[in-house]
Amino acid sequence: MDWDAIISYLPRYKDALLLTVKIGWLGILLAFIIGVLCAAVIHQKIPVLRQITGFYIELFRNTPLLVQLFFLYFALPKVGVRVSPQFCGSLGLGLLGGAYMAETFRSGLENIAPIQSESAQSLGMSKMQAFRYVILPQAVSSSVPGLLANVIFLLKETSVFSTISLMDLMFTAKDLIGMYAKTIECLTLLVVFYLIMLLPVSILGSLVERRLRHAEFGN
Amino acid sequence: MPNLGIDVLFKGKNFLRLLGGLWAAVRISLISVAISIALGLVMGMLMTSQNKILKAVFRVYLEVVRIMPQLVLLFIVYFGTTRVFGWDLSAEYAAIIVFSFWGVAEMGDLVRGALISIPKIQYESAQALGMTGLQIYLYVILPQTIRRLIPLSINLITRMIKTTSLVMMIGIVEVLKVAQQIIEANRRTSPNAAFGVFAVVFLLYFIVCWPISRLAAYLERRWS
Repeated sequence: MDWDAIISYLPRYKDALLLTVKIGWLGILLAFIIGVLCAAVIHQKIPVLRQITGFYIELFRNTPLLVQLFFLYFALPKVGVRVSPQFCGSLGLGLLGGAYMAETFRSGLENIAPIQSESAQSLGMSKMQAFRYVILPQAVSSSVPGLLANVIFLLKETSVFSTISLMDLMFTAKDLIGMYAKTIECLTLLVVFYLIMLLPVSILGSLVERRLRHAEFGN
Repeated sequence: MPNLGIDVLFKGKNFLRLLGGLWAAVRISLISVAISIALGLVMGMLMTSQNKILKAVFRVYLEVVRIMPQLVLLFIVYFGTTRVFGWDLSAEYAAIIVFSFWGVAEMGDLVRGALISIPKIQYESAQALGMTGLQIYLYVILPQTIRRLIPLSINLITRMIKTTSLVMMIGIVEVLKVAQQIIEANRRTSPNAAFGVFAVVFLLYFIVCWPISRLAAYLERRWS
């Protein structure tokens, strides 16, 4: 191990991490919004929109992010839609994640038996109250572990960003290996920085999962 | 309507080359899935054992696979191990090693989940009938778990196919690489080829993965 080299590489890895985190979290936020909207459309059975949403979910769940990014970044400019690599990364991640998030929310909502809403209403709650105090807490508690799993999945997927010329961790590692041929040092740093990014989310995931189990009623 | 470059695909053998590239990726994923299912079954059974050390080892293995992006693992195996051990590893073997490493963990966890979902009373009843441990697995537990596992393993195939698109980053000529080559070669005559070609690649992946994931969903509904 060449520790001097490692220390001199640190700033570049730090910048790469910050860039990845920035694009990643923007993408995840977008995925969250898309997911909620899509799940609502499907749950409320809105005609036409529902079919479109279904097609979108199937399309993005069945293609790799790398291909989606290539399409957004290299193909769309040919029809006049030009976007920056950063925006492209967030958009691609958001579209991919939206499809996964939608499925998670949908199954969270579906897990709650209709009788719960009916019982709540027969106790004199309004529809809104039943949703707010009976359905939502259960839907959230059953979909949060899935959501956090999606967040980890999406943060891992950011590793392909280097293909659309974003200077993320993979790009930095490959670039430094190419320049100085200190393969071991570069790869070790790569692993360490991915751990810094992903380990907290993973630990949070298992903590939340344990805590939220208490929020389930009945079953 | 501008020329979107779909026609490039029908020049010469371009479309066949694209399909050949797709096959390169699908082949790697099928080999890895086969290895993952075989070793994953064994690993899942071992994971249900009560041995503390074994449990801890599997836990670490699973966490590593869960947290590290597959691309990082590819880099470690393809660039890292070749450097440390000085062996000559082809990109394709590196890819198969990484995807199997990932798949075995995923599959093992699925098998473990399926095994522990079988009520304890089934093990006890089989034991009471005088069956040995191996017999219990072969004749009582496995037939029930396999039914549960088939849809999940089919899902693993689509995930594997999607993930193998990463192999272009370690220099394997798969569908995206072929697409880039086609676009480059026709840059002058068809400057907009990127749109048509990448759209077709997008659709090709969808056409391959969608039926497989529908099948998995169908079997899951039917057998649950």
